[in-house]
Amino acid sequence: MSTLTSSASSASSEKSALPKKLVWHVLVLGVLLVLLYPVIWLISTSFKPATEVISTLALLPREPTGNNYAEVFDGVGEFGVLHYFWNSLMISAGAVVGNVVSCSLAAYAFGRLHFRGRGPMFGFMMITIMLPQHVVLIPQYVIFQQMDMVNTFWPLILPKFLATDAFFIFLMVQFIRTLPRELDEAATLDGCGPVGVFRHVILPLLRPALITTAIFTFIWTWNDFFSQLIYLNDPEKFTLPLALQLFIDQATQSAFGPMFAMSVLALLPIGLFFLAFQRFLVDGVATSGIKG
Amino acid sequence: MTQSVLSRPEVADSPPPATAARGRRRRGQGVAYLFLSPWIIGAALLTIGPMAASLYLSFTDYDLFSSPNWIGAENYVTMFTGDERFWHAAWVTTKYVFISVPLKLGLALAVALLLNRQRTGVGLYRSAFYAPSLLGASVSVALAWRALFSTDGTVDRVLASVGVDTGGWVDQPQYALLTLVALAAWQFGAPMVIFLAGLKQVPRELYEAAAIDGAGPARRFLSVTLPMLSPVILFNLVLETIHAFQAFTGAFVVSSGRGGPSDSTLLYPLYLYQRGFTDFRMGYASAMAWVLLAVVAILTALVFRSARRWVFYAGENR
Repeated sequence: MSTLTSSASSASSEKSALPKKLVWHVLVLGVLLVLLYPVIWLISTSFKPATEVISTLALLPREPTGNNYAEVFDGVGEFGVLHYFWNSLMISAGAVVGNVVSCSLAAYAFGRLHFRGRGPMFGFMMITIMLPQHVVLIPQYVIFQQMDMVNTFWPLILPKFLATDAFFIFLMVQFIRTLPRELDEAATLDGCGPVGVFRHVILPLLRPALITTAIFTFIWTWNDFFSQLIYLNDPEKFTLPLALQLFIDQATQSAFGPMFAMSVLALLPIGLFFLAFQRFLVDGVATSGIKG
Repeated sequence: MTQSVLSRPEVADSPPPATAARGRRRRGQGVAYLFLSPWIIGAALLTIGPMAASLYLSFTDYDLFSSPNWIGAENYVTMFTGDERFWHAAWVTTKYVFISVPLKLGLALAVALLLNRQRTGVGLYRSAFYAPSLLGASVSVALAWRALFSTDGTVDRVLASVGVDTGGWVDQPQYALLTLVALAAWQFGAPMVIFLAGLKQVPRELYEAAAIDGAGPARRFLSVTLPMLSPVILFNLVLETIHAFQAFTGAFVVSSGRGGPSDSTLLYPLYLYQRGFTDFRMGYASAMAWVLLAVVAILTALVFRSARRWVFYAGENR
């Protein structure tokens, strides 16, 4: 966007500015290289044979191998990596659907409808954004235990259908407030009730906010470790973060290869999402302050 | 999504049109609650109810298997007077928060200033700097961190080659927490993006006026950039502080869930987890959760109070 219009103003000073620009690019790229080194190192190590991991500091593998990947597809603990991948995917997909549906419903009510108690309820919702989850952690665990849901995916998905990620409600309320009310009024004149306005006017226009919500919900759920650690104890139900954790106690350098092969596989969906939606993600942060 | 981060959400915007028939409005109310019903159920069953329950449990000896017995304030008394690890965890967390948050925000601001110009590639750079914020919360990256900072790991060898022989950071009590600080600071991309958005809002005329008045770059930064950016600094400060108090994954992975070596990475949430879910002292863990909430709430309130003195809202006369 803005980059296209850069320094078009003074073509004469272009030449003298060139070295300065070059220095800037070199500086930025240098900082980036240091910053992204751990990720590059992680990927490269996943292709190194066991002997090379220990013996050399060289970033690139001398004899790249796919053995580490073969090993994790074969089995980590009792299951192959695809099993854990599938579990992570199920939970993340469930969370995405839950958040998109429940938060958009609530956001429409807060953003457009008039009802008694709206102010206090909205205020309470804003407070829950800041609330550390630890104060509800143990009773929630007891509830899910009573319902026999520990060791299932429900404790990780069900809350999303009840709009507990209040941040996304806030995000969508902010978005809905920018939509012109005349559209609602026109639809109302055409005979739409609140449900019709939501379905035919708000929901289609809300799409950018829905996409932002979906992407962030996916990434956060995919990366989430704490809740999964608490609710899932059966290796059959393990997700990628939990299966990765199996490596922790045998984290000697000889086990680095497979461990990092699996780490890379675990980061892969996030990387792809990032490449596909980077503008969406970064603009989402810039305009709404998502903690990222 | 043009609204800024800082615009206060107005709940009571325009009143309903006077022409609206009363009956229609009442029917509208019912529909509103219908739209809101998932949230209401969630708020009642998963937030308000559990909050009340955990406050109650914090005064009991609940252990998940037998029914809770009321023991008064014993959990709190034990915590403050008889539990060394509690104080240790509190101290470790304090160090972690007070080092990692300023470091992270400082880096975020520095890189935001570096990127705040109209040049080819800025958009791409911005995304690349943001990437660690998405990756950093994962177990994968925490495992890489553990390896990079272990004895004979990359950091150890690089430091040794320039004559600084610290050994592996993760194995040594005096350095282990720094690996977690580094992991937190590494994720400065999210606040950086927010700073960048804030910098874009600073009117150019202010810089021009300051330059005409003879202000150099340092002066312009101190007298124009910082005051104009102060609301965004406040926002990032509050968000990152609350966030930092709840850090868990890095500490768990780096220390194999134990908080070692010598409890040097025993962040408060990790100790809470150990008490609740490995010792099954759920009453005690609930009490710890309420202490955490109290500390975070008080600290946030203090930050907002101090903000009156250092946050500048444009259009306000000073």
